[in-house]
Amino acid sequence: MATGLATPLTPHGGRRPTEGAPVVFELGGVNVSYGTHRAVRDVSMDIHEREITALIGPSGCGKSTVLRCLNRMNDLVPGASVSGKVAYRGADLYGADVDSIEVRRRIGMVFQKPNPFPKSIYDNVAYGLRFGPDRLSRSDLDDRVEAALTSAALWDEVKDKLNSSGHALSGGQQQRLCIARAVAVRPDVVLMDEPCSALDPIATAKIEDLMQKLADEFTLVIVTHNMQQAARVSDRTAFFTADTDSEGVRHGRLVEYDATEKIFNRPADQRTEDYISGRFG
Amino acid sequence: MSATLSRQRKRIADPAFRWFVTLAGASVFVILAGMVIRTTNDAWPIFQYQGFFSFLTGDQWLAGSSRTDSDFTGTYGAWPFIYGTLVTALIAIVIALPLALCVAFYINQLAPKRLRNPLSYSVEMLAAVPSIIFGMWGFFWLLPNVLRPFLEWLESTFGWINLAGWKPFEGPVFGSSYLAAGIVLAIMILPIITAIVREVIAVNPVDQQHAAYALGATRFEVMRKVVLPSSFSGIVAASMLGLGRAVGETVAVMMLIGSTKSWDGSLLSAGDSMAAHIAARFGEATPETTKALMAIGVVLFLFTMIINIGARLLVWRIGRVSGDAAV
Repeated sequence: MATGLATPLTPHGGRRPTEGAPVVFELGGVNVSYGTHRAVRDVSMDIHEREITALIGPSGCGKSTVLRCLNRMNDLVPGASVSGKVAYRGADLYGADVDSIEVRRRIGMVFQKPNPFPKSIYDNVAYGLRFGPDRLSRSDLDDRVEAALTSAALWDEVKDKLNSSGHALSGGQQQRLCIARAVAVRPDVVLMDEPCSALDPIATAKIEDLMQKLADEFTLVIVTHNMQQAARVSDRTAFFTADTDSEGVRHGRLVEYDATEKIFNRPADQRTEDYISGRFG
Repeated sequence: MSATLSRQRKRIADPAFRWFVTLAGASVFVILAGMVIRTTNDAWPIFQYQGFFSFLTGDQWLAGSSRTDSDFTGTYGAWPFIYGTLVTALIAIVIALPLALCVAFYINQLAPKRLRNPLSYSVEMLAAVPSIIFGMWGFFWLLPNVLRPFLEWLESTFGWINLAGWKPFEGPVFGSSYLAAGIVLAIMILPIITAIVREVIAVNPVDQQHAAYALGATRFEVMRKVVLPSSFSGIVAASMLGLGRAVGETVAVMMLIGSTKSWDGSLLSAGDSMAAHIAARFGEATPETTKALMAIGVVLFLFTMIINIGARLLVWRIGRVSGDAAV
């Protein structure tokens, strides 16, 4: 049994879970398989509204796979299947009448590598607004683009060059452009899959600040391999690990899920403590 | 210990190998030049006799029987064959390209995983089927069972269409026709276009597709707005390859186009194409006619060259435009 660390190893950002925050996602006994390989097993956790939930763990632990269950991106992987309970605001996310397109308009995603389209900055942000049911007028579109770029803390840097290519921006700006593109459709949740792993420390710090602001409006779930980042930015942290079953098959498991402050200072599981104190992974 | 870095043994194989591959490379130019010069040279008297322009535009083709390079007796207007080539190739590409895009997209994005490999192997196998087999199958099975009823239906339903004097579906229906040849050509070039488009789509950056999916794009929107724009140059190249094959295709067209020396605006009429006419006539040709057939060959070669250069220009131009945006 872990006893807790004498001194915290990582500075904690000071965020704490909100008492009684509504549950956005409820995961119960979730398994994800690729073909016959059950890659992630028995994950149960609740994700709360307007909190930042961090998923951490060594590579191969299934944290990204779990993230991709939440907006049904796994549907795009041939042979992938999800079992168990994944409820989004009380409704089964994998129910028969659920449209994965609609799911992804509510639950946006930012990827590991900044992936702006080879289009102008404006067109990148307006991209998600140009299809789907509601056709916006030009002035509404302008407003939405400005609002999205403002909430992504990018407006001041690009307002004079909205027509230049998104690829001309720096890596950190490109990632904020992708965040602007994701929030432009006014989603409920934004998923971020290692959003800073391709960025330098200064760009990373900007994105981390941005996450704090975004959490006022959106529910954020981030996957990160950077423990310090999880400690700095999140309210709750889920620690995953790669396990080997009796038949020698590697798979991901959720070890511990709790308030970030508790995970990093008083982890309940020895494996969590080993990981956050750098003894493995 | 002294290490010497000078050559320790004689190497004969290396220089020999270099010479061999250099020769092999040079042979490309030799063959191309030899073919162009020889054909043009043989055809030259005909162009002189008829005039190059009237050879292209004249619609009378009467083979003569002179045995020398002068005293020609025929009339050589190759327009009916040029027209037949253009029309059948255009029909083929117009039908094949959209279908190829759909098939390629299905294989890459929609087909269940276990079907993908068998499907793409089958496409590649179809691309390798000799054209005589397409021609026989087209003539003996497709034409009487599918094409003829279809052409008759076209004639009875759309025969009235008259676009400023052009009646594309005017009867009578004989079966063998521009449209029949064009449709069989389309089936023939479909696999080669599909195979290339499939590869082009397969190397399309997945991260941008995922970005679009994550914004709630449907598969159709991802194909139309992400995959197609960035695969455009590859798709152009594939179509040009298909078009080139359609323009040069001989046997299958010969069996289905009806082999007449006249031309007609109706797609349901019989006609002839350049390649098919050469193949059908050179066996019994007099020396004069042989030269005239060579002249058709030169025109055909010019056509394929124009298609190739056009494709390169298009790809280059698109590459420059989208390259600017992507910098």
